[in-house]
Amino acid sequence: MSTSTIRQTEITNVSRRGFFGVAGGLILGFALPKNGSAQQVGIPPPTIFAPPPTGKPMSYIHIAPDDSITFWITKSEMGQGPTTACSQMLAEELECDWSKVRAQVAPVDPASFGHQTTVGSQAIRTTWVPLRTAGAQAREMLVQAAAQRWSVPASQCKAENGFVINNSTNAKVSYGNLAEDAGKLPVPAQVKLKDAKDYKIIGKPLKRLDTRAKVTGQAQFGLDARPEGMLYAVMTQCPVFGGKVASFDGSKAKAVAGVKDVVQTSRGVAVVADGTWAAMQGRKLLIVQWDEGAGANVSSASIRQMFVDRTKEPGGTARKEGDASAGLAKAAKKIDAVYEVPYLAHAAMEPMNCTVHAKGDTAEAWIPTQSPTTARAVIAQALNLAPEKVNVHTTFIGGGFGRRGEGELDFVLNAAEVSKAMKAPVMVVWSREDDMQHDYYRPASYVELSGGVDAEGWPSVISANICCPSFGQIRDGVDSTGVSGIANIPYSMPDISVTWREGKTIVPVSYWRAPGNNQNVYFSECFFDELCALGGKDPLEARRHLLSKDPKNARALNVLNIAAERAGYGKKLPAGHFHGIALHAGAINAQVAEISITKGKLKVHKVTCAFDCGTIINPGILRQQVEGAIVFGLAAATKGEITLEKGRVVQGNFNNYDVTRMDESPEIDSFIVDSKENPVGAGESCNPTVLPAVVNAIYAATKKRVRRLPIRTMSLA
Amino acid sequence: MASIKFTLNGKAQTVDASPEMPLLWVLRDVLGMTGTKYGCGIAQCGACTVHLDGSAIRSCQTAIDKVTGKHITTIEGLSADASHPVQQAWIELDVPQCGYCQSGQIMTASALLAKNSKPSDADIDEVMRGNICRCGTYQSIRKAIHLAAELKAKGARA
Repeated sequence: MSTSTIRQTEITNVSRRGFFGVAGGLILGFALPKNGSAQQVGIPPPTIFAPPPTGKPMSYIHIAPDDSITFWITKSEMGQGPTTACSQMLAEELECDWSKVRAQVAPVDPASFGHQTTVGSQAIRTTWVPLRTAGAQAREMLVQAAAQRWSVPASQCKAENGFVINNSTNAKVSYGNLAEDAGKLPVPAQVKLKDAKDYKIIGKPLKRLDTRAKVTGQAQFGLDARPEGMLYAVMTQCPVFGGKVASFDGSKAKAVAGVKDVVQTSRGVAVVADGTWAAMQGRKLLIVQWDEGAGANVSSASIRQMFVDRTKEPGGTARKEGDASAGLAKAAKKIDAVYEVPYLAHAAMEPMNCTVHAKGDTAEAWIPTQSPTTARAVIAQALNLAPEKVNVHTTFIGGGFGRRGEGELDFVLNAAEVSKAMKAPVMVVWSREDDMQHDYYRPASYVELSGGVDAEGWPSVISANICCPSFGQIRDGVDSTGVSGIANIPYSMPDISVTWREGKTIVPVSYWRAPGNNQNVYFSECFFDELCALGGKDPLEARRHLLSKDPKNARALNVLNIAAERAGYGKKLPAGHFHGIALHAGAINAQVAEISITKGKLKVHKVTCAFDCGTIINPGILRQQVEGAIVFGLAAATKGEITLEKGRVVQGNFNNYDVTRMDESPEIDSFIVDSKENPVGAGESCNPTVLPAVVNAIYAATKKRVRRLPIRTMSLA
Repeated sequence: MASIKFTLNGKAQTVDASPEMPLLWVLRDVLGMTGTKYGCGIAQCGACTVHLDGSAIRSCQTAIDKVTGKHITTIEGLSADASHPVQQAWIELDVPQCGYCQSGQIMTASALLAKNSKPSDADIDEVMRGNICRCGTYQSIRKAIHLAAELKAKGARA
């Protein structure tokens, strides 16, 4: 299929009511097979919600009389491309005309779709079987409808590019013409899915369906909701985590032209106005007395000291191979190191916001959220309504990275409470400072590492004792997310010990692109590099040697070899350039970073990445995810740090929490392995790996080990 | 409150607003033109970039009374049909991911090309470093700017 034939279509969000209102439209609903959840490969993502109910319809295909086809997509579009990729899976089996496909983010409907959430890089892997099955079921129903019309057996008909064709007569009839009849037929229980060799849409670099809307300013994000009569609100929340409003005086704020009211909510005080600017001006004059609570004594230094003290205590066992103490005692050489990372903000480009219209018996909401089902429940609870009385429009999302996913969804609660108080549609707008100082952060983490090499110099033992805040689920003394990326270190070594203990603080934490892995892959891959140097081994050779002993590492070894070869690892580089290599075995990608350091200033010239994520749905979107994750990871490696003083976040905007910019963005060479395995997640696979690749390259250049991030806090001169 | 007259996307526009209200909020909240985005409010991220008399400016830091008598172009006015060479290049290379920053990226890039018909990578770095993209589309943006320069040159020759 030529990409030039694809019509750029707008993706809009429709309410259920609006959708059924389409004249002449027809809904075909498809029951899903019992094996609805696709197999998971690699590290299981954080599971904080039930998988979709099996045996219930999960996705709808809408075929209009004019042959246009609308897919309802149950995954939120935050740039990672599910509106296009999920449509490709449906279209492949449906045998429809891709140029007639439109995608719409589905309304919240647990009965049809289960719990709608877009987290853990699961959009493709959890829909891989269900969506292709739904497409195939629809195709067979359309074929059956045509066969009945022609009074021939279905076996005499075939579906092709939006038509059913009678093989004997070459008569053909379009899907739009057949849809109404097809919708009355029973849903086939068994359908045969295509062989990969027959794919015409899956695996093809089709253009994204949302590009045109995003280059013309027409795409509707959360902040672009404009329901009739909408008011704008900004929140003031206690700058100290855990603090509360003691009292407030809103009289001066209310005197600002355009300000309508000042209302207290469960999370602070909101200034409500006829525009964002007036609300912000009002907030400057709002006087709030805070009950700051015990959090006011907390600082980054006190948190670090607590981590150090806690790590002296025993932790829960996350991994135990052999006997690490004995292994260290008999190692030919050994080394100890402390590694640590700071809190990080998500800093999505679209600050937190939500618009709610509490109408008494019902409510309507416009939300840029990864988890619309949970968001609906938050609003329903705040307004004392049944969830089905809340009509949620999931908008385009200006960056998620975990902040807009499962959790308290504080920004949603804000809007529900303020709309209820104002009896009007209200958009709550967080300023950039609100967003950065009231995040649910990537937790800071601290690890004491010891390791050694055997008489031949091969790494033989690693002991890692980690302390960090919990992501929320502790089992047998271990938060599995808190150790993800180090507990599953892939190298065959006789003695491995990984322990974890909780470092509880007042700072709210949650998922941040590749939770756990985004810190632990740095710890494990940099410390492994230290062991390679200790034993006098080349970092690539040692990885190859210790991966090859276990056949389950075959795919990891493959990407390591590809990345090394493509980057020219070990070959001559331009003067002053150095390579570092790292592997993220859990997400099957390897990266080689090429850097230079001039007068202490780091420059990342190029990152080469080889990635195996199973079957490729759309190589263009996949490349975007690889490149984007590397740029995101680089910000964490080189710049990102949230610090606390007196219980308050010090940073507030991009002037003191900077991120990767154009001139710092390296050339990225991404290679995606051609695979027939089931697809796995792609959005969070490649950001952890770039941190150790760059840090290991810094060692190659300077013989300095960067054991604390961000890199900028250490002199490289 | 003041009555401010300027030209917006080629048409005469009058707005009644506080003179110090930033152009960003006039566009988004008063005029309902939401293509221009709020990202930081302190001219650090570039999401709010528009053209003032052809130059890229940060509308979050431009008080509306400074716009009196000027020509403002927003993403909605860059072309009627996504036909501007920068938009065409962005479509051809599928640049956007989440898309939130892309209005600003496109407005900065189109102002760059208006002044420099064949920017080097260093030129692109210098100008585009003011526009943050958290999705990390920088490599695509760089390629798309080079492509847009080619498209523009072809268009000029045609």
